[in-house]
Amino acid sequence: MVGIFSPSLSTDWLVPGRNLFLTIHVLGVACFIYIVAQRLVPLLRAESDPRFDHPLTRLRNVLKFWLGQWKHPRYKFAGTLHILIFTGFILLATRAFTVLIVGVSPNFVMPGLSGRTGPIYDIITDYAATVVFLCMVVAIVRRLVFKPARYAVPAKYGKSHTADAVFLLGLIAVLMLADSLFAASNAAGHALQGESVEALAVLSLPWMLKMAIDSMPLAMLWGINVGAYLLHAIAFYFLLCYRPFGIQFHVETSLFSVYFAKLERGTLKPVRWGVPDERLDQVKSFGVKKFEDFTWKHMLDFYSCADCGRCADNCPANAAGRPLAPRFLTIKTRDYAFKHYPVLGRPKEGEPLIGSIYSEDEIWSCTTCGACEEECPLLVEYIDKIVDLRRGMIDDGNVPQSLQKPLKALESRGNPYGKMEKKKADWAKAAEFQQTCSVKILERTNGSDKGADALYFVDSITSYDDRMQSIARSTSRILTHIGENFGILGAAEKDSGHEVRRFGEEMLFMALRDHNTEAIKESGVERIVTADPHAYNALKHDYKDVPPVEHISQVIAREVKAGNIQFDAVQNKSNVYTYHDPCYLGRHNQVYDDPRNVLDAIPGLKRVEMKRSRDRSFCCGGGGLMLFYEPKEEQRMGVLRVRMAAEAGANVIVTACPFCMVNIEDAIKVAGLEGKMSAIDLTELVDQCIARESIPEKQETVMVGG
Amino acid sequence: MEILVCARRVPDTSENEIELNTAANDIERDDLVYSVNEPDNYAVEEALQIRDRVGGNVTVVTIGSDDDEEILRRELAMGANQAALISDDAFAGSDGKGIATILKSFVQKGHYDLILTGVQADDGAAQVGGMLAAMLDYPFASLVNSITVDGAKLKVSREIEGGNREINEIDLPCVLSIQTGINEPRYVGMRGIRQVASTPIPTLGVSDLGIDHAAVGQAAAKVKRIDYFVPAASKGAEMLHGSREANADRVLELVAAKGGLK
Repeated sequence: MVGIFSPSLSTDWLVPGRNLFLTIHVLGVACFIYIVAQRLVPLLRAESDPRFDHPLTRLRNVLKFWLGQWKHPRYKFAGTLHILIFTGFILLATRAFTVLIVGVSPNFVMPGLSGRTGPIYDIITDYAATVVFLCMVVAIVRRLVFKPARYAVPAKYGKSHTADAVFLLGLIAVLMLADSLFAASNAAGHALQGESVEALAVLSLPWMLKMAIDSMPLAMLWGINVGAYLLHAIAFYFLLCYRPFGIQFHVETSLFSVYFAKLERGTLKPVRWGVPDERLDQVKSFGVKKFEDFTWKHMLDFYSCADCGRCADNCPANAAGRPLAPRFLTIKTRDYAFKHYPVLGRPKEGEPLIGSIYSEDEIWSCTTCGACEEECPLLVEYIDKIVDLRRGMIDDGNVPQSLQKPLKALESRGNPYGKMEKKKADWAKAAEFQQTCSVKILERTNGSDKGADALYFVDSITSYDDRMQSIARSTSRILTHIGENFGILGAAEKDSGHEVRRFGEEMLFMALRDHNTEAIKESGVERIVTADPHAYNALKHDYKDVPPVEHISQVIAREVKAGNIQFDAVQNKSNVYTYHDPCYLGRHNQVYDDPRNVLDAIPGLKRVEMKRSRDRSFCCGGGGLMLFYEPKEEQRMGVLRVRMAAEAGANVIVTACPFCMVNIEDAIKVAGLEGKMSAIDLTELVDQCIARESIPEKQETVMVGG
Repeated sequence: MEILVCARRVPDTSENEIELNTAANDIERDDLVYSVNEPDNYAVEEALQIRDRVGGNVTVVTIGSDDDEEILRRELAMGANQAALISDDAFAGSDGKGIATILKSFVQKGHYDLILTGVQADDGAAQVGGMLAAMLDYPFASLVNSITVDGAKLKVSREIEGGNREINEIDLPCVLSIQTGINEPRYVGMRGIRQVASTPIPTLGVSDLGIDHAAVGQAAAKVKRIDYFVPAASKGAEMLHGSREANADRVLELVAAKGGLK
């Protein structure tokens, strides 16, 4: 690329080129360092967050999600475009630095690119620049002409982001053009002077540009060469220093965001990292109330968001018209950060976040379904932030009246309905049920003579709700059928507290958890089974020191595979079934196949998939306390979900969660599909179809803990 | 402004199944959970909001036993400045007038500009507020659903049958009985209660308040409960059997016919 022809020898503007370019470099780099340093200021004031563990896992994440662009193909067109641009950038990074250095040191060759690799690298990057340039053109056309809906900014969230996006895309296009023109003019100049000419990749942008300028006189080529170089340098540094002001900052921050991403699904961050439960009383303020209450990683998330809109596109709250879109939660907070931590000037004292940039309803609207996090290519976290904001509101007493009653009931009665503890096991006492199945209530054993091997953790809704008690009875019959020696805690079982915790009431959750943990330990069981994914997730991730827990669908799938459960043919062969993935079984715990395998094992059962299934499942409306919350919404999530099932051609929705059942059955009525559509729990369906006579009494059941 | 709120601990109707005891003179009290009487909680919230606007202190008082201290803790956690428990065996069996007499003595030991009660206890007769005002010779407004402080006067409103509102001006000091819905009481979690666990709550008895034994307690009560029963369920429910749309139309018709819709 370098010959006698070098911009550093230019004496334009009466300064030796070298000095001019050196000044640009120094200024550009200094500006960038200063801006980034300013951007780091709030991170230094933020709450701590221990993200320096598991370097290998984190490195794997970087290879998969950053370098491998793992999530991008979930949106085929935009994803492909991004992968092309990203790959182009990675390839061009060395070339860009070489070009910059050449301005100061004309004979510079990047180490490793001397000899035969140099020309090959040049050819590759000629194409890379061309591809990136074309991608920019396509992206600009897409933004301006096709306007994908997910980029739209509703009026309540401010102005359209299109102008800024197009401006940035345009700048990159200019950068590619300048780079190519520089290479083209170099080659043309060398050719004109009869020197050895570097090969330009055929049909690449530099190659085409060379064609266009080939016939120009040397002086003009010289001018173009210097001009292209200047344009390249200015565009490069402008972009470098402008990116930290908007969505393209992710070019710099994404590597760190992905490296420091949360590693464990289904978990929640503690109130304060490093503060054990017993010292929580000494923490003055809970949760996030002001911007600096976020952890540094969560602040980094705000910087890293690329405004791609995938989170909001998948958010059921957003789809139902609730006042929440994860994308704008981030954008609003980033704007807040930029405003209060300006690049020029001192940090400004900030107002509380709730009431200024967030509304209360916005923060209560989230069902913690995890669709946003599943989709985000940059692994931005939302649930922990939402829960932290709720912790702040709970701490300030700022809780909707609709949630206060169930919270109070959970405190005094251990369930959100305020039902009597002594009635917790009433579902097992129904005469008709007792004739076919008897359920032990486990008493404290003090370690000796345990009453059962397995605990069936029923949880509040399945214990008390008339409709959901059917799930408890089916689960018990299935466990009995496979010969499991199981029991329930009865009055000693309190609510798992899963939603209590996710609604931000950490202390109440801890009280429920501690109570249940003790009751479980005293029962002496070796394993826990539950039919409620929320209880499953709580016992698996929020509780410590309890026996391994499995969801009933995992147990059934294993027993079906082992041949211990066999099915009669499905009763109504004309039914078309579809399986709805509960968020806390699917996305948060990756149990996708077990329930499907069970369904597929039932002879004659016709099953279809909804368009949104598995890790793109669409939340039914939320469980636990969300059933009490009165959201501001245009329609119910459940209704949207039921329509998706109808669209897939199904008339029976199978789910594996009592809360999904509540929401979907309600939604069927609201959608006016009564009689045309029905919902059934996996346990109920299995209980109906199980072939009871064909299997002899089993002697022993071996279960592997989950 | 110095504000006193009189609060009571009652069995929480939403979290209990209220049943008669075997003697049929009271409800079965085993296995009950209690909470602060709902209108009283609104009164405390209103007092806190007034205090936060114009300054001053909020004191919460209750008459009962040691068990009743829990609601005082809850109100302290909400933000009340202090609380007092009035407890003495001599108070047992007091009727409404007896309770008002006890509260009067407590009020006279302090300097309160404004005294709030809930409009009615879940198991009460909505009588104490009015009697307390009369005994203190203070003006009284009942069923209050908004309060505006205007110097030494308050503007208070109440809802009149049919949804109209009436605004009254009332001189301080005065007694108001507070209706639910006047505000949105803040939430108090376990953490809040734990934080006020060591706040001292004085217990006051007959001698502390200088009350005449003869004026309170069972012996002084002139209103006595003589029976307690669950009325037999009457017939008269009309079941609608029809399509959802038809039922909805019929419900509308019925509600309109009873004057529920205009």
